[in-house]
Amino acid sequence: MSEPVSALPGFRNEGMISVVEAGPCGMITMRGDLTLPALAKAMTDVMKADIPAQRRITHCDHGRVAWMSPDELLLITDYGAVPGIIGDLQSAIGDAFVSLADVSDARAVFRLSGPQVCDVLAKICPVDFAAFEVGEIRRTRAAQVAAALLRDAEHAFTLVCFRSVAQYMGDLLATVSAPGGEVGLYRG
Amino acid sequence: MSHRLPDGGRLIDRSRPLEFTFNGKRFQGFAGDTLAAALLAGDQMLVGRSFKYHRPRGIVASGAEEPNALVGLGEGARFEPNQRATTTELFAGLKAISQNHWPSLEFDIGAVNSWFARFLTAGFYYKMFIHPRAFWKHVYEPIIRRSAGLGRAPDPETRDPDRYEQIHAFCDVLVAGGGLAGLTAALGAARQGKRVIVMEQQPHFGGRVVVDTPDMGGTRAEDWLDQTLDTLRGMENVTVLPRTMVAGVHDHGYALGYQRIADHEPGADKPRHRLWRVRAGLIVNATGAIERPLSFAGNDIPGVMLASAMRDYLVNWAVAPGKRVVIVTNNDDAYRSAIRLHEAGVTIAAVIDARPEARGPLPERARALGLRILEGMAVHHVTGHKRVTGVALCRQDGDGGAVSESLHCDAVGMSGGWSPVVHLWSHCGGKLIWDEAGAFFRPDPARPPLGHDGQGFVQALGSANGVMDAAAVRDEAAAAFGSEHAHPATDPTKADAPMAPVWMMPARAPFGLRMKMWLDPQNDVKVSDVQLAAREGYESVEHTKRYTTLGMATDQGKISNINGLAILADALGRPIPQVGTTTFRPPYTPISMAAIGGEARGPLFQPLRRTPLHDWHEANGASWEPVGPWRRPYCYPRSGESRHDAVMREVRQARESLGLLDASTLGKILVSGPDAARLMDMLYTNMMSSLKVGKCRYGLMCNENGFLMDDGVVARLSEDTFLCHTTSGGADRIHAWMEDWLQCEWWNWQVHVINLTEQFGQIAVVGPNARKVLETLDTDIDLGRDALPFMEWRDGHLGGISVRVFRISFSGELSFELAVPAGQTRALWDKLLDAGAAFGVMPYGTEALHILRAEKGFIMIGDETDGTVIPQDLGLNWAISKKKADFLGKRGMERPAMTSPDRWKLVGLETLDGSVLPDGALAPLEGENANGQRLTQGRVTSTYYSPTLQQGIAMALVHRGPDRMGEVIAFLGEDGKPIEARICDPVFYDKAGEKQNV
Repeated sequence: MSEPVSALPGFRNEGMISVVEAGPCGMITMRGDLTLPALAKAMTDVMKADIPAQRRITHCDHGRVAWMSPDELLLITDYGAVPGIIGDLQSAIGDAFVSLADVSDARAVFRLSGPQVCDVLAKICPVDFAAFEVGEIRRTRAAQVAAALLRDAEHAFTLVCFRSVAQYMGDLLATVSAPGGEVGLYRG
Repeated sequence: MSHRLPDGGRLIDRSRPLEFTFNGKRFQGFAGDTLAAALLAGDQMLVGRSFKYHRPRGIVASGAEEPNALVGLGEGARFEPNQRATTTELFAGLKAISQNHWPSLEFDIGAVNSWFARFLTAGFYYKMFIHPRAFWKHVYEPIIRRSAGLGRAPDPETRDPDRYEQIHAFCDVLVAGGGLAGLTAALGAARQGKRVIVMEQQPHFGGRVVVDTPDMGGTRAEDWLDQTLDTLRGMENVTVLPRTMVAGVHDHGYALGYQRIADHEPGADKPRHRLWRVRAGLIVNATGAIERPLSFAGNDIPGVMLASAMRDYLVNWAVAPGKRVVIVTNNDDAYRSAIRLHEAGVTIAAVIDARPEARGPLPERARALGLRILEGMAVHHVTGHKRVTGVALCRQDGDGGAVSESLHCDAVGMSGGWSPVVHLWSHCGGKLIWDEAGAFFRPDPARPPLGHDGQGFVQALGSANGVMDAAAVRDEAAAAFGSEHAHPATDPTKADAPMAPVWMMPARAPFGLRMKMWLDPQNDVKVSDVQLAAREGYESVEHTKRYTTLGMATDQGKISNINGLAILADALGRPIPQVGTTTFRPPYTPISMAAIGGEARGPLFQPLRRTPLHDWHEANGASWEPVGPWRRPYCYPRSGESRHDAVMREVRQARESLGLLDASTLGKILVSGPDAARLMDMLYTNMMSSLKVGKCRYGLMCNENGFLMDDGVVARLSEDTFLCHTTSGGADRIHAWMEDWLQCEWWNWQVHVINLTEQFGQIAVVGPNARKVLETLDTDIDLGRDALPFMEWRDGHLGGISVRVFRISFSGELSFELAVPAGQTRALWDKLLDAGAAFGVMPYGTEALHILRAEKGFIMIGDETDGTVIPQDLGLNWAISKKKADFLGKRGMERPAMTSPDRWKLVGLETLDGSVLPDGALAPLEGENANGQRLTQGRVTSTYYSPTLQQGIAMALVHRGPDRMGEVIAFLGEDGKPIEARICDPVFYDKAGEKQNV
């Protein structure tokens, strides 16, 4: 087994905020009716996690579970743990109508932090960050590409985008966080 | 002459002098000046030439409404035309040039046009240049293009060196305008706990209040302003933005703000402009009012200014417009200018008041100061050419027959009353009402622009709402957001006396005067032009605007619109409100294209999608080809090798030994669930539900009309899971197409679709040695001919890497496509290159891919299809199920036009001389169709030089093509000469398909 390679290994940019490419990250797409008892049981048994409410993230031993849509969850975990978790979930779910897919390699993940992180993200995402709580996820866009934002802390976000546009995302974040571009919109 | 006063100037810092040049001449101003203030301080009255007559033009206004003082600003890469001097902050080293003059500002040959002004009336171009027809293109247009037009475009070879950005913001209340009304409203809203953004287009706040009402009932306006701003800036729920103009109000409380962060600091390491994209619950239109000029002969001569602008220059920048000033007015407000100028030591030659008598508090005060006031009088005409030298006076109520008196002066301040700035109110459909007392249109509170909930989402306050008295403005704004205000009620004895609407001076001026009364000084539209338009039958204000060009210049008629439509109403004999206004459209003043583009330039102009092997391709000399948002290698030229030679080499290598292709861009969509097979049977034209697990099948997808829209290989992964390969360009579109059907039509089917395109890299290993190279890698998959037959797949490992091997072929050769997690694609690619060295392995690009497939007669979506082609046209009847009750496109392809034997169908072509047909070449027929176009009988869809067959090969859609095998028809070459080609089977190579089946 070769070492997994993330989309933009080692990318880092320090400007108004700190931008770091997070390296390989395990991700599983789970589609199914989130009210299905079998689905909830599988999540409890395998992930030790509750089903997150709309736009919420729940934490568990394996990582995080994020609400993506009324019939989709994103499981975020260690890269190497993915095949095992998918197998366990598959067994736990049995015949219920739920689909699972490993999407770890389809994504690029950036960690953004710093007191001006909301101002920087507001330049590229049509999101009201005052109404975006810690522990929430939003699917939005970053300039011209799709992105998901997870608010990890007051001044820290995880940004997920498609792997093929990782270079664009890195360049974009570096550009809009270049010193001189301070805004002062989100001052909290 | 205009000049700087020794004292005063609230906005300038005399300790910071700034050097700048205008038309190469050196000037000095101070920090805090606008370019216009600094030019006036240097007695530069003449700043440009007008659009049509090249008349001398001076500064008229002090703000965004300025029609004349447009300059070319900066130089080289930072040169920008049409910049308003009145809103350009002075900086050290500023370089400005005047516009629309030739050869020089002082001496302009184009000014001869004004000698013919009698003939250059409204609609002149339409009337004059329509005959003879050919003259327009060859004679008139080139001459007009040279003489007309304002600023010069920047050098196309320069690149804007600055950066730009946008930002999304959300608030409860967006306040447009940081004057008395706006700041009072902002404070009230903020104290209610609302999220507030205040945008002020100027670098300083306060609007007109400090200049017009320095004493606010015991409080100094400056103190009130400082205190209010401090309070607002200290509140967490308030964002205060200077140099930011609300450019437009759009549906659902969406507004655009244009922030000029660094226009006054060129070269600073900051974004130059930032475009604010705001969602607001309520937009407060507190944008103030604009003073109107008066229409008298010669009102365009440099030195004639708005009266309010004169006191702005005086109070804000300590600049006097002249030594000896005449004020001409129809209202009391202009007396503020007369009094201020008088107090500053400027001689007021007279105040010409068109009203029969002027007895309000301000005229009385002026009288008490000893100013000469001439009641019931008018300016007959202004004397002077490049600057004012005097005015001739007459009775306002007469026909201008007799000049009663002439006065020497070097500046004229005019005031025709005020017009509320109702633009933002109107952008989204807010309606206006005519205010008789003020002679202006103001927002009709009963008909605001409506939001999603049917409620108004714009509120007008202050003078933008027609409230012209400062105390009343403050009361209104405070009341709007519920805060009690201790301000004393308005004292009626101190209120201005009523104004008198005056649309022309004198009231019954003859033609000779009317044709020298400018309404729109930028576009050279005069009172006589609008009257002529009315006589010629133009009744609609919108039509008159376009016929005369009134208000169509870069200032969009901010000072000219109301005067113009009043003249039109008078000429039509109708009341002004019945004539109405033209439409107010965003932006309020022009905003930069770069702000609209934001950060999307250079590498960020368009997202480039990169495969996991992109870096390898780049490092190995790939010659790129754009494929949708991806960049794919077209070929890999070696040192000294042409692209053509590289492609030929790559094709031969794949046919003879071993080639590798990065096929990662292929769409890969997982279809999963108990109803997966049912969905597959609907999406594809052929039967997919019968596909066995472990096997692959080529399939076609059509839209509802039966037109072919995508193709690819489907693999059945399990009983209820399929993997659909789509074309590279189709991945996102087909995924959305599937979701569309599932969410909107078949919402109760138990099936999910998941787009896994980016999860996997895909490598095609192609050629007679393909199996051998894979077998040299450590693998747990039996790759033998019978263990993994053609059109089957297996999961396993290759060289320690988890792969799914598809035995499929788009080249006609023995071929394996390896799907591998994206993060390990490069590792597998490297192993294949190492192991393949023994076979001379070469990567091949998209052009070799095309040739390989064309030699085999495989179609390509986008080449053989164009949205009008059905599978039957391409001889793909075998892939259309006759057993299925339904599939998308089934009924569409049964329509008579689709089943007609006269359709153009796919054939191969071999040129008789072996040459390569041009792509898209048409086969002409004798005769023409109803549109006068040459009849045709066929079109080339794919054409290549085949290194395998060593001749040109092509595919084409030809009328009844398959029935005409062996026939020779001619196609048009690029030089128009016919090229003869023989119709043949589109499969040129290995018709039996033996090569891929070894």
